[in-house]
Amino acid sequence: MLRDITLGQYYQTDSIMHKMDPRVKLGGTLLFIISLFFFKNFLGYIIAALFLGTAIKLSRVPFKFMVRGMKAIMVLLMITVLFNLFLTPGTPIFTVWKLTVTFEGARMAAGMAVRLSLLVIGSSLMTLTTTPNNLTDGMEKMLRPLRIFKVPVHEVAMMMSIALRFIPILLEETDKIMKAQIARGADFESGNIIRRAKALVPLLVPLFISAFRRANDLAMAMEARCYRGGEGRTKMKPLIYARRDYIAYICILMYLAVSIFVGRLSFS
Amino acid sequence: MGIIRTKDVVFEYIRRDEEGNVEGIVKAVDNVSINIKQGDFIAVLGHNGSGKSTLAKHMNAILNPTEGTVWVDGMDTKDEKEVWNIRQTTGMVFQNPDNQIIGQVVEEDVGFGPENMGVLTKEIWERVEESLRAVGMYEFRKHSPNKLSGGQKQRVSIAGVLAMHPKCIVLDEPTAMLDPNGRKEVIRAIRGLNQVEGVTVILITHYMEEIIHADKVFVMDQGKIAMEGTPKEIFSRVEELKSLRLDVPQVTLLAYELQKKGISLPNGILTIEEFVEQLRLTMTGRRTTVE
Repeated sequence: MLRDITLGQYYQTDSIMHKMDPRVKLGGTLLFIISLFFFKNFLGYIIAALFLGTAIKLSRVPFKFMVRGMKAIMVLLMITVLFNLFLTPGTPIFTVWKLTVTFEGARMAAGMAVRLSLLVIGSSLMTLTTTPNNLTDGMEKMLRPLRIFKVPVHEVAMMMSIALRFIPILLEETDKIMKAQIARGADFESGNIIRRAKALVPLLVPLFISAFRRANDLAMAMEARCYRGGEGRTKMKPLIYARRDYIAYICILMYLAVSIFVGRLSFS
Repeated sequence: MGIIRTKDVVFEYIRRDEEGNVEGIVKAVDNVSINIKQGDFIAVLGHNGSGKSTLAKHMNAILNPTEGTVWVDGMDTKDEKEVWNIRQTTGMVFQNPDNQIIGQVVEEDVGFGPENMGVLTKEIWERVEESLRAVGMYEFRKHSPNKLSGGQKQRVSIAGVLAMHPKCIVLDEPTAMLDPNGRKEVIRAIRGLNQVEGVTVILITHYMEEIIHADKVFVMDQGKIAMEGTPKEIFSRVEELKSLRLDVPQVTLLAYELQKKGISLPNGILTIEEFVEQLRLTMTGRRTTVE
């Protein structure tokens, strides 16, 4: 049951988006998100949608996977739209009970909905085409300058990738402990929230103990294999920009310039 | 001088009760002096708590002796400057396969050791390929370790150590958590390392079947070396092994019991094939003297 949870939502195919350097994808996604907040008219969103559409086409990931990410933010999206719709002052269009829908409100709500959808789909595209490992690698390299400020970039990246490696193992273990407890009469499924939360205590204690034991073992195994931090370490799969990565950077920058220029035109 | 040499090694730890008061001092390793030759296949045998794992951890400076000295390829393990060289010389494989795989892909895990040593990217790939081939896991190089069986995971761990090009590999009960098939796989891989690659192997185990191919066996009990010799010599001392709470392989025991009943068989029979051959000799009356 617990094993069915998939972490990260990587979609395995072979495409130019998959092969791209994770730094390009991280930077590109960031710039894309930033661009969305500059637009003042709908032309900007159209350009953004076209750009994203092309990227999705290139990634060869079926569109339904992108939409999946939308489900999670549906509630947030609805609340944002409704609040904008009813609470923006301006020229009224119609009134239901005490709530007035204004022309400005409708405009704002539509803009917000499109912006949020593009934002979520854009970031899903990144996680769908990049393995978690690649992503931590990319982050490590991008954040490297922060080392001047004594930020332990390598250590954080190492911790992230170890956490990712151990999540399925710990999930499996939780499943095992849960079954052992159920076999001895534990009840995880009935009662109110407080009762259920209390039932989790005998599950969490052994899980934590085993996690600490694993951590201890792993640390010893890492030391036995000469791990001594990021200094003097080489990379088996170093990140090196290829030609397609430079082309991608140019495309992203061109998109940024065009979309912001067009998106900020005013037609009055 | 051998690749690993210990002289009068003692390792003590302090046992405490729940309030942290000292209950007593336990000697996990007690006055052990051994000398291991380069290229040998060594087995260290002992029941739980005999100190065999503690001794193993001295061999790549994870633990330091309370008294006495351990030399690895001439380097004293107490010398902090040499720690990383020592760990490069003796690799270590642990019991739990899940708790020693770091990478999320098999090949990345094997590359972890060389990465730490600062080996160049191109050479890391060569080493990874060669080590994975040596343990027969090359076809699985792109797999996630979570999807492998226990025996396969342990072989990946061995490849991970092998990629560091050690002179010696210490395996601390590598088969304790595996099923019989997994155990066979791992033992075959270990023998391959020793015979094909010429790596010195130190196998810590409590399974008797695994030591029959060893060049030399040390039996440990209460931190001391209780017996020492070739597998044949060790297995011919059935009573002594029993008193150390160790089980003799079934076929050896059978031969021993038959011998006691007056059937003439040589001492220390280790495999079924050997037993059948010897028994046939006896039955056809071709054996004249008992060795």
